[in-house]
Amino acid sequence: MIETRQLIHPERPIFEHGAEGRSGASLPELDVPAIDAQKHFGKLARVTLAALPEVSEVEVTRHFTRLSRWNYAIDLGLYPLGSCTMKYNPKVNERVARMPGFAGVHPQQPESTLQGALEIMWRLERVLCELGGFRRVALQPAAGAQGELCGVMMIAAHHQSQGRAPSKVLIPDSAHGTNPASCTLSSYTTVPLKTGETGIVSVDTVAQACAENPGDIAAIMMTNPSTLGLFETDLGKIAEVVHAAGGLVYMDGANFNALLGKVRPAETGVDVMHINLHKTFTTPHGGGGPGAGVVGVGATLEPYLPTPTVEKEGDRYFLDYRRAKSIGRLRSFFGNFGMFVRAYTYMRELGGPGLTLATEMAVLNANYIRARLKDVYSLAYEAPSMHEVVFTDRKLKRETSVQTLDVAKRLMDYGYHPPTIYFPLPAVTGGAGALMIEPTETETKETLDDFCDALRAIADEAKRDAEMVKQAPHQTALGRLDETRAARQPILRWRAK
Amino acid sequence: MSDVPNDLRYTKDHEWARLHGKVATIGITSFAVEQLGDITQVDLPKEGESIKKGAVFGSVESVKAVSDLFAPVSGTVVKVNDPLSDSPEYVNEDCYDEGWMVQVELKDANELEELMDAKAYQTYLQEQDHD
Repeated sequence: MIETRQLIHPERPIFEHGAEGRSGASLPELDVPAIDAQKHFGKLARVTLAALPEVSEVEVTRHFTRLSRWNYAIDLGLYPLGSCTMKYNPKVNERVARMPGFAGVHPQQPESTLQGALEIMWRLERVLCELGGFRRVALQPAAGAQGELCGVMMIAAHHQSQGRAPSKVLIPDSAHGTNPASCTLSSYTTVPLKTGETGIVSVDTVAQACAENPGDIAAIMMTNPSTLGLFETDLGKIAEVVHAAGGLVYMDGANFNALLGKVRPAETGVDVMHINLHKTFTTPHGGGGPGAGVVGVGATLEPYLPTPTVEKEGDRYFLDYRRAKSIGRLRSFFGNFGMFVRAYTYMRELGGPGLTLATEMAVLNANYIRARLKDVYSLAYEAPSMHEVVFTDRKLKRETSVQTLDVAKRLMDYGYHPPTIYFPLPAVTGGAGALMIEPTETETKETLDDFCDALRAIADEAKRDAEMVKQAPHQTALGRLDETRAARQPILRWRAK
Repeated sequence: MSDVPNDLRYTKDHEWARLHGKVATIGITSFAVEQLGDITQVDLPKEGESIKKGAVFGSVESVKAVSDLFAPVSGTVVKVNDPLSDSPEYVNEDCYDEGWMVQVELKDANELEELMDAKAYQTYLQEQDHD
């Protein structure tokens, strides 16, 4: 049994450090005439100084370094956060992104001096088109959620140009919450589709929803594989049904890491799909961002892509703003360029066969965990898992007083970040708690075994010493927090005592 | 086993309804409360708004998750349990009395008959318990 041990310093808020007048910087004497702020800015001038911490450099350094040691990171250990995909970021990505030619460019430089950066964007788009089967890919969106919005806006623009105004979007109950949010922002109402016992969206459910809303279906938004970790086997037929009803097919490509080299979504009837570069192509995630939610389209939506796009003429790359039906610009300049460099580096490091292997390993790892734990935790669904596996605590709760939350807390004592819990929603109906585990492709069999051993040990502890598990974590800097009080009576800012 | 009062009607989504004349009081069952854990926020419709049987009419947030509330009947909201906005713990403490959520003037009294009675709901809960 591995338990975490570390020298952890207790740490106060930065505001409780320092002393009046202390500073980490020494500024030169004022060498210009002083002005009277009151006279220049009137009421806008600050009368009392902002109550900023007054601390030395070493105090600041120690404060944040100490806090960082309370933290958990993918570089410390397995981070099996299902649906969020906390995947290892290869160091070569960082090395390449920090090359001065990439790190030092400014978007307002003359185009002729940005040729290398534009070439990376152009090439990245070609690889994404190849992997997804798309005609074009918009690189601009700054995150998956903005990619969704971009896709839904293009769908709306398409219907408008056809002289139609359908008002509804079909969304399975297994979807990420951002799907309905993107629709609401685009003035669509959402029609939830039940996934049912198998976890798969059925053609009948979709056909019925289309029949109940004749002429009013703008699109369906399907995540494939779904947040339940299942492959939507009927997506091709569902796409036919939705197209026949006049709607388009949006695929949430958050889980594209389970499909590389296996499925080109556009060939299954998908008109538009976003891809989170962090989830599939190892760009940083979880505070390390920023994100990149690139959006692939087929021929139907190509005219509506946001501008500018990167084009190539002979040996010259340029930004093209000519696109009469474009939904316009979504973000300043060209998107989060640093992420493009990292994703493209990853693609080139692995190559086509390597990307396919990454997908195979991601799926294999999830299924390995599934096989090793299914006798102690209940499987939420019978269908084979893709990149992630969802367990419930039904069995555990029948036999012990320990629930999902306790298992997650106890896992920290074993040195792991807990998986996603109580999500996805279809798995938590009927009162079950869900554990959603996504190991990703980079973890070794030894790591997966240690992790499974920990979860098995916790299930065993639940039987022998439930109270100990219910009071976990015991090894972390802080123990079990009073989450109820924090939510009911939140203290949202520090105040001087 | 969860408390299932005899005089109430139940939905599969674990809401209950109690009828007085034309007005139904609506809340969530003790089974739902046990599953949710400590409730931290309750979002309810306003007086005068109408709710539709089977459709979402509000949500409860607990330390675990946010869950939708599904209307057991259709009708117009005539009263809302306002104290829940400051004291969501009433739902945890007494979900069948002080923790009620809304009162609705029924559109169609038959809708209530379509819901499960206490016995049927108890059987339903037992079925849910199996894998």
